Amino acid sequence: MITFEDVTVTYTDAPSPSLRNVNLEIQEGELALLVGRTGSGKSTLLRSINGLVPHFTGGLLEGRVTVAGRDTRTNPPRELADVVGMVPQDPMSGFVTDTVEEELAYGMEALGIHPQTMRRRVEDTLDLLGLAEIRDRPLLSLSGGQRQRTAIGSVLTTNPSVLVLDEPTSALDPGAAEEVLAAIQRLVFDLGLTVLMAEHRLERVVQYADRVVAIETDGSVVHGEPAEVLASAPVAPPVIEFGRRLGLSPLPLSVRDARRETATLRRDFHPNNVVTGGIETTAAQEPTDLVADIDHVSVTYGNFVAVNDIALHLRRGEIVALMGRNGSGKSTLLNTMVGLRKASLGRVQIGATLANPYGMEGGELLKHVGLVPQEAGDMLYAQTVTGECAAADRDANAEPGTARALLDQFAPGINGETHPRDLSEGQRLSLVLAVVLAAKPPVLLLDEPTRGLDYPGKRNFTRVLQELANDGHCIMLATHDVELVAATVSRVIIIADGEVVADGPTKDVVASSPMFAPQISKVMRPFPFLTVDAAVAALQSGTP
Amino acid sequence: MWAIGLAVAASRTTNPLILGLILAVAALVVAARKPDAPWSRSFSVFLKLGLFVIAIRLVFQVVLGSPIGDHVFVTLPVVPLPEWMASLRLGGEITWESIIFAACDGLRLAVLLACVGAANSLASPSRLLKSMPPALYEVGVAVVVAMTFAPQLVTDLGRVREARRLRGRSNKGLRGAAGAALPVLEGALDRAVTLAAAMDSRGYGRTGQLPARVRHLTVALVLGGLLGVCIGLYGVLSANAAVVTGAPLLLLGVIAACVGLWLGGRRSIRTRYRSDPWARPEWLVSAAGIAATVGVMIAGVVNPVSLTISVVPLEWPALPPIALLGILLAALPAVVAPPLPMPAAIRRRSGGLTGVPQTAVGASS
Repeated sequence: MITFEDVTVTYTDAPSPSLRNVNLEIQEGELALLVGRTGSGKSTLLRSINGLVPHFTGGLLEGRVTVAGRDTRTNPPRELADVVGMVPQDPMSGFVTDTVEEELAYGMEALGIHPQTMRRRVEDTLDLLGLAEIRDRPLLSLSGGQRQRTAIGSVLTTNPSVLVLDEPTSALDPGAAEEVLAAIQRLVFDLGLTVLMAEHRLERVVQYADRVVAIETDGSVVHGEPAEVLASAPVAPPVIEFGRRLGLSPLPLSVRDARRETATLRRDFHPNNVVTGGIETTAAQEPTDLVADIDHVSVTYGNFVAVNDIALHLRRGEIVALMGRNGSGKSTLLNTMVGLRKASLGRVQIGATLANPYGMEGGELLKHVGLVPQEAGDMLYAQTVTGECAAADRDANAEPGTARALLDQFAPGINGETHPRDLSEGQRLSLVLAVVLAAKPPVLLLDEPTRGLDYPGKRNFTRVLQELANDGHCIMLATHDVELVAATVSRVIIIADGEVVADGPTKDVVASSPMFAPQISKVMRPFPFLTVDAAVAALQSGTP
Repeated sequence: MWAIGLAVAASRTTNPLILGLILAVAALVVAARKPDAPWSRSFSVFLKLGLFVIAIRLVFQVVLGSPIGDHVFVTLPVVPLPEWMASLRLGGEITWESIIFAACDGLRLAVLLACVGAANSLASPSRLLKSMPPALYEVGVAVVVAMTFAPQLVTDLGRVREARRLRGRSNKGLRGAAGAALPVLEGALDRAVTLAAAMDSRGYGRTGQLPARVRHLTVALVLGGLLGVCIGLYGVLSANAAVVTGAPLLLLGVIAACVGLWLGGRRSIRTRYRSDPWARPEWLVSAAGIAATVGVMIAGVVNPVSLTISVVPLEWPALPPIALLGILLAALPAVVAPPLPMPAAIRRRSGGLTGVPQTAVGASS
């Protein structure tokens, strides 16, 4: 269905090709998963399927890409619209109209399809993706999962035979991600669609894939059966890591596989035999001074109560995860804690001196609390990394070189002359962290920090967080990433509809929840293990 | 169509009674038919803009205007001006007559704005797009996309300002504004590129094949036609030029443009999903608007004095019955306008069954 024949893509001004000698054939009806580190050329490969590379982006494409027998050399993206459905990374950025139904019809209008056919296909697609309930809703009012399904529906109506998705679940909470993946699976199984998708969160999708295409950092491509490719791939979800470490064969791809393959191991396992066990990620020192006191705070927007009577205490040395659905009030709570929103009721006190952040001058605020917003790039203005660090020192009244030293601690070896926009996601996050921490705020808040990070990036980020906690920072992060939580966090707070529904040690809160439990905890149930390291060590020492 | 009719009627008169009536009619129709949608708030914005225009017009009249009549209201000190500006005058006597004249003149513009506002709040921009001729479709899409970008820019600006505060920077002053503007513009540019890529991959801009000769003819006809329309409109709208030269030119221009658009439309292969029907209610609404224009125009032909307010001598304006009739007809859409396709959520809410608006949730994260 999709063939790459010796394809090499080089962008203008790029020192080396983004894709190198790619030979790839994806059969009709396959669900192929594209993996690779950030910046390794995943988007380039996806976009060359419908000709956006090179017709839209420029650059040089050598070799030949054909989709359903059509060569992208002679067919620009618009002429391939009836064969390839392309869903961009942020669905909102690709929407043209303003309601769900019109969005579904837009592509067909452009292709000149007869109005009656259009009407029928819109109805079919609404049913297929479960969008009928929200057909008249404005796109702006949809939740993340609904937006993603609408985006998929809007390219499906043109009856393409290939569906290309760029990280369809990366911004979604676990529930919404399930919803989208279920829809994709139905398309593959019921309609025989060929699907190629890129995804960082392998743990969510790998068990559905027929084939894994891995891009190496130099732009070359390896592909094959999922178990085969992932046995040696640098990026792997916890279940596969677990399987590799225990030497399981065949490599388990899903929680179900892993449970079946470790049934005997677990049966022989006695927790009493374990010398060291439990969670190794608890902060090294016991939490000490109180640095944030959220005293029965409520925040309302008009009639809508975003945060309802939340009371929390945070102490130095804690790493706290704030979890919950999209729109449950996580961001609002974080914003209130740095004084961007005013608490309608209750009181926020933060920092070493427990001051009220609302209305505080910017420079003063940084000494009490720092927030890394969802769009971390918003915080960067300078033309070079060096300039950014110098500006941060000035803003924070810190000694020159403070920010740069922090940056080298988090991500060593970044060239100071690089433009912040050209950094990888992980490097950019490190830079923003360094900029915020230059003023040494005792409380650090992070809103969805790992959105664009791959596994190595996350591992490094985990290390940085633990160092910071050991230095006596208090860290709170809002996140959907259960694996990150399992590996890093000592305390989890789950909020729903603006209220705290659970607050306690990670082990207790997360392991008992089907939605928020990490893969290892599902595999090892009923034993309370959250991370690969802990589970493997325990299994190896705890079984005779 | 209806709003255009009203606006033309408004531009032909300075009679405050007629203007007030037109305003009232526009407000009535908006109040009666306003849909519950994001764009429907624009009427009040345009009204405020109108008030602002009247205020500006008054200030100019007071400061710069030459006196008419002799009922002195207040006398300001005359600011002496250099020789070469002798035709201008700063300060001096302000007469009641000149103030009223200026106010009515300002009111005319304000009512025009109100009519635009009414059109804006009654129809969604994307519905307008649906009734566009295919040849103009691509231009239309650009306009609509630009319009949806404006609110997005405001959101972005808020976000960037917050981020600046988190860096410990001030948002006040010129430097603060400049610092916030750059990331916002960068973001807007990025989004524009992404949207363009998305539209391209969804088949936007596919064209059928047409010979080059037809294409050139199309361009010539559309441009020539539009030029004709402009000149003709000027003739009809400005009371000074003779209606005789205006009307035929306008007609010719409209015909040329229509032929051009029809020819161009053949090149586009796109079809329309659930296109809006153009049935009797729509005809009635348009006719009502035109009735207002015609009423005012007839009144003008019969008795030109009745449309302008007489300031020397100052007297209470009369209300010509024909104009009155025409404008009252324009209020008809409040009753007969076609019902907008209401979103199901709103339908349910107005039914009073479900109390909680669900849409607020999305905005909160």
